[in-house]
Amino acid sequence: MEYKGVWILAEQFKGRVQRISHELLTRGADLAAKRGVELTAVIFGNEINDDDLQGLIDRGADTVIATEAPELEHFLVEPYAACMIKLIAEHRPEIVIAGATSTGRTLMPYVAIKTNAGLTADCTVLDIEEDTGNLLQTRPAIGGNILATIKTPNHRPQMATVRPRSTQPAPTQQGRTGKITRLTAPSELLESRIRRVDFVPDESEHGLQDADTVVACGRGIKKGENLSLINDLAESLDAAVGASRDVVDRGWLSYPHQVGLSGKTVSPKLYVAIGVSGTIQHLAGMQTSENVIAVNSDPDAQIFRVADFGIVGNLFEVVPAMIEKIKATREGEKH
Amino acid sequence: MRIIVPIKQVPETNAVKMDEATGTMIRDGVEAIVNPLDLYAIEIAIRLREAHGGEVLAVSMGPPKAVKAVKEAVAMGCDGGVLVSDKAFAGADTWATSYVLAEAIKTLGDYQLIICGERATDGDTGQVGPGIAAWLDLPVASYVSKVEDVSEDICRCQRLVEEGYEILDVTMPAVLTVVKEVADPRLPTLGGKQKARKLEVPTLGQADMTVKQEYLGLKGSPTRVVKIFRPKVARQCQMFTATDETSIDQAADAMVGFLKERELI
Repeated sequence: MEYKGVWILAEQFKGRVQRISHELLTRGADLAAKRGVELTAVIFGNEINDDDLQGLIDRGADTVIATEAPELEHFLVEPYAACMIKLIAEHRPEIVIAGATSTGRTLMPYVAIKTNAGLTADCTVLDIEEDTGNLLQTRPAIGGNILATIKTPNHRPQMATVRPRSTQPAPTQQGRTGKITRLTAPSELLESRIRRVDFVPDESEHGLQDADTVVACGRGIKKGENLSLINDLAESLDAAVGASRDVVDRGWLSYPHQVGLSGKTVSPKLYVAIGVSGTIQHLAGMQTSENVIAVNSDPDAQIFRVADFGIVGNLFEVVPAMIEKIKATREGEKH
Repeated sequence: MRIIVPIKQVPETNAVKMDEATGTMIRDGVEAIVNPLDLYAIEIAIRLREAHGGEVLAVSMGPPKAVKAVKEAVAMGCDGGVLVSDKAFAGADTWATSYVLAEAIKTLGDYQLIICGERATDGDTGQVGPGIAAWLDLPVASYVSKVEDVSEDICRCQRLVEEGYEILDVTMPAVLTVVKEVADPRLPTLGGKQKARKLEVPTLGQADMTVKQEYLGLKGSPTRVVKIFRPKVARQCQMFTATDETSIDQAADAMVGFLKERELI
């Protein structure tokens, strides 16, 4: 049996399908159209919301395969991998893409080894090579200094992870129909040597990737105490607070705030970079933002290359003025 | 307990060059360091040994000069290490790399944990840790931000995920990949450096393990780099220089104007 079809790994949290699934449908639909094959969304969980599964069809999937069991409610690498390997063996997809999330980045390498598949991490561009039909996977490497295009000539499936927020979610289309298959995972696949005993939600980090506006600070803030200025600016703009790697490495903000290749990728409507020099590593995590404002004392700072609006100056003088003007404008609107 | 820490030697600077013909990195002439994210794995391994006794071994796959990475791990406090090196391993992708590392680890005897850094700063894939787990058929907890407790055969740890932290009980032997929050790496000690200098680091080549030829190096790798290029960045930036009260005021006004024009405020 030949390998055929494009799969995306949809993800759920508490039974609700997550946004990354819809982003992957955007990628998957393009690849499936170019290959002239069906697009399938594969999802693992327990009691997954019916409307959300139909939502995968509405947003472009031709088929949905949901594998369910209480043991699959949360990601555990062994049962998830066992179920996925079984599906791959039965259906033989040509391409499998997943989000570069904590789940995708763990499950995909595990499955790729066990299925002899080629896997490329953190792709920013996926395409089909015209002559061969091979998946072309483009990803940043070496701190984002280079982009590499990678293919998997002889191994199937061709697997890739894609950074969350690196593409728009596929929109709902009216009147789409497709087949939804709900499977109950066989118990022999559900054994796990890892037990999830508790979960502690982190409210503080929430919102960075969902925020419409992000205010990010870099080493230019000089010390942790100066974060209050950044927080004030963020508050004036209803923004989440991000940081460069330098700031996190110095312990001024925790790792979940880190934007960049080794942190989060964000794509907000507005990204305000304060005292961020703009290393390639940082730019890789924010350059798809719709609008970028940068404040830096160095006119040659790399951050200005990706900015739409830049102020060269001392951030400790400029930012208070920005806060004042923003507040005045917002107050003015209320009256 | 016995802990294996796979580490990678990576180029120090971002000024690395690529071999356009093979699509692999030219490592000559660039200073090589231990992958900064591996230092967190080394640190937590040493702390676990300090608390529970045992031994920490660093394993590095790379060219002969990667022996320096193993010695640096010993200088930090690892008890020893091995270099996994053979011309046949060159050009391996994450699939073939994790295969050889797994086979090398099999030759090292019993262990309770394999602790990896989250990813290497050059390849940036984060695939080798879970890959080693798959080859060895071990459970893997990735993005571990805290090791809370180690008892008989259970390691309780915190795993950083998008929505918060999972608390996991992991049955050992197991693979952990750790993030920065797990522990602040210590500096090498003088005694550690002396120990490292004297240490003979054994090298494992393909003859020292039972490996399948067809799984090795570039030819054993499912993926191929077909093109390398520099990313393009292009935006038109409206620039203001703010040096005194007047120009700061003007710049801030212009910024508000920009926000209004783009309907961001």
